[in-house]
Amino acid sequence: MDAPMAMIEKNQDTRETAAVTVEGISMHYPGGVHALEDICLSIPRGKMTAFLGPSGCGKTTLLKIIAGLLEPSSGDVFVNGKKTTAPGPERAFVFQDFALLPWANVLRNVAFGLELRGRKKGEREEIARKFIAQTGLTGFEHHYPHQLSGGMRQRAGLARALVINAEILLMDEPFSAVDEQMRRKLQEDLLSLLAVENKTVIFVTHSIEEAVYLADQTVILSPRPGRIAKIVSTDLHSDLTPDQIRRDRRYLDMVDEIWGGLKQYLE
Amino acid sequence: MKTRKTDKTVGTSQIGSGTKTDRSFASVVLGPVWLWQLLSLCTVFGIWEIAGRIPISLAFPSFTATCAAFFEMIMDGSFATAYASTLPPLIIGILIVSFGGVAWGVFMGLSRGFEWTCMSLLVILQTAPVAAIVPLITYAYGIDMTSKVIVVVIMSAPLVILNSYKGIRSTNPSLLQMCRSFQGNRWQEITKIILPQASGMIFAGLRLGISGGFIGIVLAELLITPTGIGDLITYNRASALYAHMFAAIASIIIFSTLTLTVLQRLEHKIFRPELGTMSGQVN
Amino acid sequence: MALSMRRIQIPAMFSLVLWGAIWELIGRFGGIDLIPPLTRIFVAAVETIALDKFRNALLMTGEVFAIGLGLAIVVGIPVGIVMGRLRIAANMLNLWVNIFISAPLTAFVPALMPILGIGQTTVVATVFLFSVWVIVIDTQAGILTVNKSLIEMARSFGATRFQIYYKILFLAALPEILTGLRMGVIRGVKGVIIGQLIVALLGFGELFDLYLGSFLMERFWALVFLIFGLAFILVQAVVLLERKFEFYADVR
Repeated sequence: MDAPMAMIEKNQDTRETAAVTVEGISMHYPGGVHALEDICLSIPRGKMTAFLGPSGCGKTTLLKIIAGLLEPSSGDVFVNGKKTTAPGPERAFVFQDFALLPWANVLRNVAFGLELRGRKKGEREEIARKFIAQTGLTGFEHHYPHQLSGGMRQRAGLARALVINAEILLMDEPFSAVDEQMRRKLQEDLLSLLAVENKTVIFVTHSIEEAVYLADQTVILSPRPGRIAKIVSTDLHSDLTPDQIRRDRRYLDMVDEIWGGLKQYLE
Repeated sequence: MKTRKTDKTVGTSQIGSGTKTDRSFASVVLGPVWLWQLLSLCTVFGIWEIAGRIPISLAFPSFTATCAAFFEMIMDGSFATAYASTLPPLIIGILIVSFGGVAWGVFMGLSRGFEWTCMSLLVILQTAPVAAIVPLITYAYGIDMTSKVIVVVIMSAPLVILNSYKGIRSTNPSLLQMCRSFQGNRWQEITKIILPQASGMIFAGLRLGISGGFIGIVLAELLITPTGIGDLITYNRASALYAHMFAAIASIIIFSTLTLTVLQRLEHKIFRPELGTMSGQVN
Repeated sequence: MALSMRRIQIPAMFSLVLWGAIWELIGRFGGIDLIPPLTRIFVAAVETIALDKFRNALLMTGEVFAIGLGLAIVVGIPVGIVMGRLRIAANMLNLWVNIFISAPLTAFVPALMPILGIGQTTVVATVFLFSVWVIVIDTQAGILTVNKSLIEMARSFGATRFQIYYKILFLAALPEILTGLRMGVIRGVKGVIIGQLIVALLGFGELFDLYLGSFLMERFWALVFLIFGLAFILVQAVVLLERKFEFYADVR
């Protein structure tokens, strides 16, 4: 009789301390696709967590459930200890395809979250300009998305997420639509940006290197229906600078170990 | 620039979005399509019946009255007589356009000079209300079949020409380069690459042309020669036989819809695999 | 090849001069009464513009057209949006929209006359009937092409339903809506002319009857060309509007 009580208390406890807690999430899409099965997870505050897995394992689905964009078939999501089923101001989403308004310039796109909240134009643009500068887009305020490179578009997408000052950033394969060199640059910039901003970040990736390089913990999902196969601590930032990570022995070992675990799913 | 716009005109609204919309929905409908269509028909006919029974206007017959008139006109041969005089000019006009219009469009697609010469004229003809010159045609050719054929041709030719032209122009350049890399000559290029690839759009253009031809024949029969289905409509209106008038209107709507649907099905059946691979560069 | 390449440099509009010249020659030397020389038609056009009759007909036609098209826009765009968003609406209406988009709607004009009277209302209804379907179908197509992640993006920032419709869906579908509007204008112009011809006692329809009846061929053609020109200008105005939003049509 004591054990369940202890369990609930322990859950209560993690719910309070963790930024996001996911309890027993399953997802069946109408039409029969069984995307996720009984996912339980807690995302530590102020850390970066990666969802990694073979394509079709439901990692994006899981992220969108946390974002409140999708409703799970069963299970609950707790953000800062409170159960949520809809998007909220404490979470901001960065989209794989950028989701920039093609008819709006960078300034308006970046300020869009505030526009939806009815903030005054001058006020919201002032805030937007700050983050445009932080993400390295100064000078492009009046460019339209189609005039920007993929990398710049995602910088705008990131700036838009930062503007609303949410403590949790949810990023869905944020750099998969840009080329390899730009991706590295964006990864480095993201790390230096987050060093100042102190956010909780959850991102989806299919790149093992990206997960190990960026994340403090990596959640590995198995193929459909997605289950948690393993949670690996990939924290290299506490004692290494971004430049050193890729040359560190532990980085290589972690990549190798995760690849060893994932390989079996590809057969 | 203007030229490109018109290309879009032909495609986007008339074939483009029409079929595209159908398609994307067919895959996600809740339940079979025919069930929804049946429900949709019943709803509209139900509203029609109620509106006719109220009645919202003395000249607005109920659905059942229209149906009764419809069958009466089938039985007494009114429809047969009417369509016997409506269809020949329509078919002749369509045939003229099918050969002449397609050839014209293909030649426009192949020859820059001819394209330059014709493009602006066709653009204007396509946007202009050419119905305005219908009264003149009566004046010139009287009220016999020639007038009807001319109206059908005028109303359908621009669509057919522009679609054939667009079909030719949509040739994938890398296919042409492939043909050249194998030392294919210009004739082979046209017959083995350009025309086969354009055939889907040419056919679609013909379908649009036939739709225009129906509009033309009805217009001709209402405006100039009181014969055929147009006469059936006008005569029954003049005699205040509104149910019969609506039955006649319904018959031409049903007839044109069925014709166009059959053609569209045929088009999908014959050209769909090709359209599938081409879709990337058609628009 | 070199020759034809050079010819492209000349704006295609100038080909009309060529056709005009052919017309002029046929008019002068063809011996066809129905085709007077173009120059005389131009003179007649200048005269016609100054006529009160023409101005009244133009005003009347413009009014009827504007009301009919306005109704088609006010009805067509919301219906198209609803059909793009609600599957039930699409299932119920697709059949009819697809029938009426290509059916010979001209056949309905005689039926409208005894219901709405032999007058303006019938022509307004004709314009509406001709233009509404294409607006509906293009709006629906526009809504269906809206990138899903734009909607998710707005939701993730807590957008209300109204904000999603107003700030995302409508704007994202605007290129298609404007294409629909352009097609609606083209069809509406055809509708207004066909309506007036069939009703016969109105606006340009009356003038056509008058000029043909008294064999004023220059006047008749002048009227035809003026109408074509006005229709062309009207459509180009929508094209300009369309181009303003075209820049994002391919990058959504």
